[in-house]
Amino acid sequence: MAPALKLLVQRVALGLMLLFLVSALIFVGTQILPGDVAQSILGQSATPEALANLRQELGLNEPALTRYFDWLFNALQGDFGTALTNGQDIAHSVGNRLKNTLFLAFWAAVIAVPLAIFLGLLAVRFRDRWPDKLISTVTLASISIPEFLIGYLIMYFVAVKLRWFPSVAMINDGMSLGEKLSSIAMPVMVLTLVVLAHMMRMTRAAILNVMQSAYIETAELKGLNRFQVIYRHAFPNSIAPIVNVVMLNLAYLVVGVVVVEVVFVYPGMGQYLVDHVSKRDVPVVQACGLIFAAVYIGLNMVADVVSILTNPRLRHPK
Amino acid sequence: MGDAMLDVRDLKIGATAYPPGEPPQEIEIVHGVSFQLEKGKVLGLIGESGAGKSTIGLAALGYGRGGVEITGGEVWINGRDILKGGMRGLRKLRGAEVTYVAQSAAAAFNPAKKLMEQVTEAAIHHNRFPKSEAEARAVTLFAKLGLPDPETFGNRYPHQVSGGQLQRAMTALALCPEPDLVVFDEPTTALDVTTQIDVLAAIKEAIRDTGVAALYITHDLAVVAQVSDDIMVLRNGDKVEYGSTDQIINAPQEDYTRALVSVRSIEHEEQPPTPDPVLRVSGITARYKGTPFDVLHDVSVDLHPGQTLAVVGESGSGKSTLARVITGLLPPRSGEIEFAGRTLSPALEGRSREDLRELQMIYQMADVAMNPRQTVGTIIGRPLEFYFGLKGKEKRRRLKELLDEIEMGDGFIDRYPAELSGGQKQRVCIARALAAKPKMIICDEVTSALDPLVADGILKLLLNLQKIENVAFLFITHDIATVRAIADSIAVMYRGKVVRYGSKSQVLSPPFDDYTDLLLSSVPEMKLGWLEEVIAHRKMESAGN
Repeated sequence: MAPALKLLVQRVALGLMLLFLVSALIFVGTQILPGDVAQSILGQSATPEALANLRQELGLNEPALTRYFDWLFNALQGDFGTALTNGQDIAHSVGNRLKNTLFLAFWAAVIAVPLAIFLGLLAVRFRDRWPDKLISTVTLASISIPEFLIGYLIMYFVAVKLRWFPSVAMINDGMSLGEKLSSIAMPVMVLTLVVLAHMMRMTRAAILNVMQSAYIETAELKGLNRFQVIYRHAFPNSIAPIVNVVMLNLAYLVVGVVVVEVVFVYPGMGQYLVDHVSKRDVPVVQACGLIFAAVYIGLNMVADVVSILTNPRLRHPK
Repeated sequence: MGDAMLDVRDLKIGATAYPPGEPPQEIEIVHGVSFQLEKGKVLGLIGESGAGKSTIGLAALGYGRGGVEITGGEVWINGRDILKGGMRGLRKLRGAEVTYVAQSAAAAFNPAKKLMEQVTEAAIHHNRFPKSEAEARAVTLFAKLGLPDPETFGNRYPHQVSGGQLQRAMTALALCPEPDLVVFDEPTTALDVTTQIDVLAAIKEAIRDTGVAALYITHDLAVVAQVSDDIMVLRNGDKVEYGSTDQIINAPQEDYTRALVSVRSIEHEEQPPTPDPVLRVSGITARYKGTPFDVLHDVSVDLHPGQTLAVVGESGSGKSTLARVITGLLPPRSGEIEFAGRTLSPALEGRSREDLRELQMIYQMADVAMNPRQTVGTIIGRPLEFYFGLKGKEKRRRLKELLDEIEMGDGFIDRYPAELSGGQKQRVCIARALAAKPKMIICDEVTSALDPLVADGILKLLLNLQKIENVAFLFITHDIATVRAIADSIAVMYRGKVVRYGSKSQVLSPPFDDYTDLLLSSVPEMKLGWLEEVIAHRKMESAGN
């Protein structure tokens, strides 16, 4: 177990270091924008005295390094400060939004990941025959069309023509799970179509790569049928690359859904971020940036960990 | 014909070839081969690469590798033509009635699964045995094949056992479902000669005890002579000769068979050492970066001008590492290399162009040692430009000279490596090394990837060139027959040490040290009963101790 454990510790440490660097980058990025928070708050009414007073009050005269570590330690304790625009506690409003975004991402993943892997296996099973070509064409088409267009197309047909679901995906805490699911059905559809192609094609490529191996021939010469060969012998050896692409797409489902959330007016992180970017609400932008980075790095770290754990050479050293 | 368990009639096998720049072509690679095999008998299929021996072996499982397809003929197993049963029938046959032992067991085992699961999979899948019984069978087979700790051996993963052990496990995998026929496809070719002999003995015993019929495919006539009852010699998809092992070895009828039997007929008289060696390696100790142990321990050898020093040993003995140290790719931890009277810089960066020119290298894999997008003329011409600044007519003249020397006409100048045979590719690599007019060439297993007859041609060429150019060879090989054929002096390496060093006649004459004795006595000889003799001799010796 020793080499695997060492690698795991290294990966986790690397992930944390990366997150630390990203937090610094986010902080520096928002600092080098022209103007500062005091100016944003006061806007047109900024007199030199008022600016100086507010800066004093907000601690903006402190050195940048001190302010960075203050911000970081507070953020680590869950305190992101207050939004400039409405004075609300950021942690509280982000918490709600994040919950909604994760809810949407979760259901999209529950449908997209197994479907993508199943379609990938199917494409390998019928390689270069019509099912493979059909799957490849449809998924390629869906990834090529911009997601907002898919969104509006689905909205037009499913909500307007067929009237199956409401066109706006509003959810709130008072709704039952069924009501919530019905409400997010359309954005889930769009997200599934968007992430499906990438995962399915990588699954297909990873398994096909393994299918060249000599041990696949051994399996075929044992008299196993093609699906047994793929499932028992090829799939276990392609888990690492598949998990990698799945994690990348899960991260996308959380941090890349801005467009879809805006199209369906869904109260998630993406829409929240867009709103506050346009209002130059720096603390909110920083908080969202940090959370997105954490999700992204965290999921990729999980992918690395799974790769290490599925490698028999690392799991069972000589 | 009634009692033949395998009856192959007029088997024709085809493949689709994709010649560069031309439309795909259907080609026939096996042209109507027939043979029979009775229960409990072993038939050896022998031939060079491209002879179709593996293809025929796989046809006994109704399988075609890559784009290979059985295009005609019949394959009768236990009284039915397996080619008529469709995929479903073939799947019932494979892994049950007929099983397969692959050349590289290391690649043929799934790295993600335990050995036991893989060894018993076919037997359980085909309902030949229930799981518990199949596992008990596997343990019995592990024990019979001489694997360590047979009870727990199956709990390991493929990477946790050695190459020789994996090859035995592969044999257990093939025997576990109690098949009627096992196809052994070069099962010992990838092994060291000292490992090969044990695996060979284990396979032979297992075949005898279980009474299965076997097809034994190999390019090594001396090996197949030990295990088979009959031998079929194949060449370019045709049967050349088919007879009892005794007849093929002792009274071959066809010229081609005679050539195979008498291969390695090169005579080379050993030259005495000179006072001024061209290469003097003294006290080299080396290790790879980031590893905690030395792979070379205090290695010292001399190589004399115009002579050949054979460095011989098994994989992992450090012989290729020695080449890396001499070429400067791996700077040693201690020790010195003297070359042509001067001390060489340990690292490549510190060496002059003259150092580089005078010390050339030829590799085992000729096709990966050449840029596939360069013509033969460009490949050989590069050192001519780089070291001598030759251009135009003069370069062309020298190119022709070199191509003549390697016995290939100047018609090859504009050809690409893909258009050459294996032997021709290696000749081009030799010409490239010679183009630099070196004092010394390191030959790293240059004939190992070649068929015996082709390898023979290369060795003859090298000896010839040595006489003309007075170039010294450091010849790295694991093949004792090659060493006998070409060496003036020999260094035997084992675990990073030179265990025996001297002139060829000294090294190859008794009294031997233990390792050299083991190495020399493990080389298969082309005579019947050799394997039994050696095994019996070793048993006696270990009983005596």
